[in-house]
Amino acid sequence: MKYLILIHSNPASREIWESFSEEQKAEGFTYYGRIVDDLVASGELVVTHALADPSVAKTVTVREDGATVTTDGPFAEAKEQLAGFFLVECETPERAVEIAARMPEAHFGLIEVRPILDLGGMEM
Amino acid sequence: MRPAGAIEDLLRELAPRVLGALVRRGGGFEAAEDAVQEALLAAATRWPADGLPENPAGWLVTVAWRRMAEAARGDASRRRREATATAREPRDPEPVQDEDDTLAMLVLCCHPALTAASQVALTLRAVGGLTTAEIARAFLVPDATIGQRISRAKKSITAAGGGFGVPGPEAVAERLGAVLHVLYLVFNEGYVASSGASLHRAELSAEAIRLARQLHARLPDDGEVAGLLALMLLTDARRRARTAPDGGLIPLAEQDRGRWDAGAIAEGVALVSDALARAPIGPNQVQAAIAALHDEAPTADATDWRQILALYEVLSGLAPGPMVTLNRIVALAMVEGPEAGLAALSAAAEEPALAAHHRFHAVRAHLLEQAGEADAAEDAYHRAARATLSLPERRYLEGRAIRLAQPTASPADGIVE
Repeated sequence: MKYLILIHSNPASREIWESFSEEQKAEGFTYYGRIVDDLVASGELVVTHALADPSVAKTVTVREDGATVTTDGPFAEAKEQLAGFFLVECETPERAVEIAARMPEAHFGLIEVRPILDLGGMEM
Repeated sequence: MRPAGAIEDLLRELAPRVLGALVRRGGGFEAAEDAVQEALLAAATRWPADGLPENPAGWLVTVAWRRMAEAARGDASRRRREATATAREPRDPEPVQDEDDTLAMLVLCCHPALTAASQVALTLRAVGGLTTAEIARAFLVPDATIGQRISRAKKSITAAGGGFGVPGPEAVAERLGAVLHVLYLVFNEGYVASSGASLHRAELSAEAIRLARQLHARLPDDGEVAGLLALMLLTDARRRARTAPDGGLIPLAEQDRGRWDAGAIAEGVALVSDALARAPIGPNQVQAAIAALHDEAPTADATDWRQILALYEVLSGLAPGPMVTLNRIVALAMVEGPEAGLAALSAAAEEPALAAHHRFHAVRAHLLEQAGEADAAEDAYHRAARATLSLPERRYLEGRAIRLAQPTASPADGIVE
């Protein structure tokens, strides 16, 4: 099964990150790098990316007259914003949770695990 | 000259034999497996142009053996220089022993130290002769993910100390269950091909059947091997009728039975009948027997549900599980009516694992619909649609709910297999 592990940020987690020294930030990147290396080595990683800051997001709307308009800023006005994701393929939902728990943001309750809908199905 | 498709078939048939020959010579599975892949690629390029060598297996063994020796020497420049030369017909193709190691290679790939996903990937490459890219495409993951899974799998087996020698009959007997499970997983991956993105997955079912045939040819007296092959054939026989042109799932009761593959059904029925007559009974044979009863019914109404119910009761004893319990309840409802089914479902729901199973609500929805409780059925279909992790299933379940919400739609009589 494939699972999307969504990493969110909120004002508290962003503040902590911004308060980090260069060394602490480097350590943070190294920590994430190790997670990526482990998932590559185990053959579980499908793809992972960190997202640019929500302030450079564009919300896209196609109007009734067919024109596409964009609005600067993220779609949701929520405090929590998507910061990055891991798409993994693993044996059990428990394993997906185990991977998710390694993300530092899990200490702030900012990690979400979403199963990916499979294209296969049982005959009904 | 053979057409490319026939050459590909031949290469994939020869892949495990060539690999076995290399391992027998003491080549070491890890390196041998990579070398065989290279030899298969070389042959796929050369043979359509040059024609088939006199001794195709010998050609492959020779080329793979050279590649392995070169890789061991790590002489990269020499390797590049020889890349073209070795791809030509070897002057003296190596004689290949008569030994057929296909079964041994299957067992090796299903090593207990590996996760199921790794067993599947390694089996498809080493025994199935598929390329990493083909496997990745079928499973909708990047090539690197599958490549990594395969190399890690090979390292895990080495680390487990089992070695990569040719497994003896004892190891074969011990790990046959794992091999059957892997083939079943491969088959199920390709079970429903419903959209462009999943078209390649249909090939996985065909590959699982091909490997199960090879296994059956080598272990003709094993009832569970025959049972699994029969189950695959009897299930795959309905493939064309199972999916609507728009990709939606068509339930068994509504399928156009004229589109079922009569040849596959006849073969599956013969296989399972023979196995049941002379081998100890097992879950694969019982499931195949159930599939045969569905496939042999000329119409959905003519289905022998009494017999199916009896077989599910046998299966509950042999291999209990939520799916078996749910399917037994469906059969019970077909024999005794939807109310009996709903009562059995309520009783079974005391088991938390069952009540949490996403098929629970789907079965409940169908039974409520048959009992004429449209509102409750609609609600249950929606719950089932939210709980399923399969896109075609979600579409199907939402469609049932919509049909109930629109009173003009024809009454539904879908069953859950």
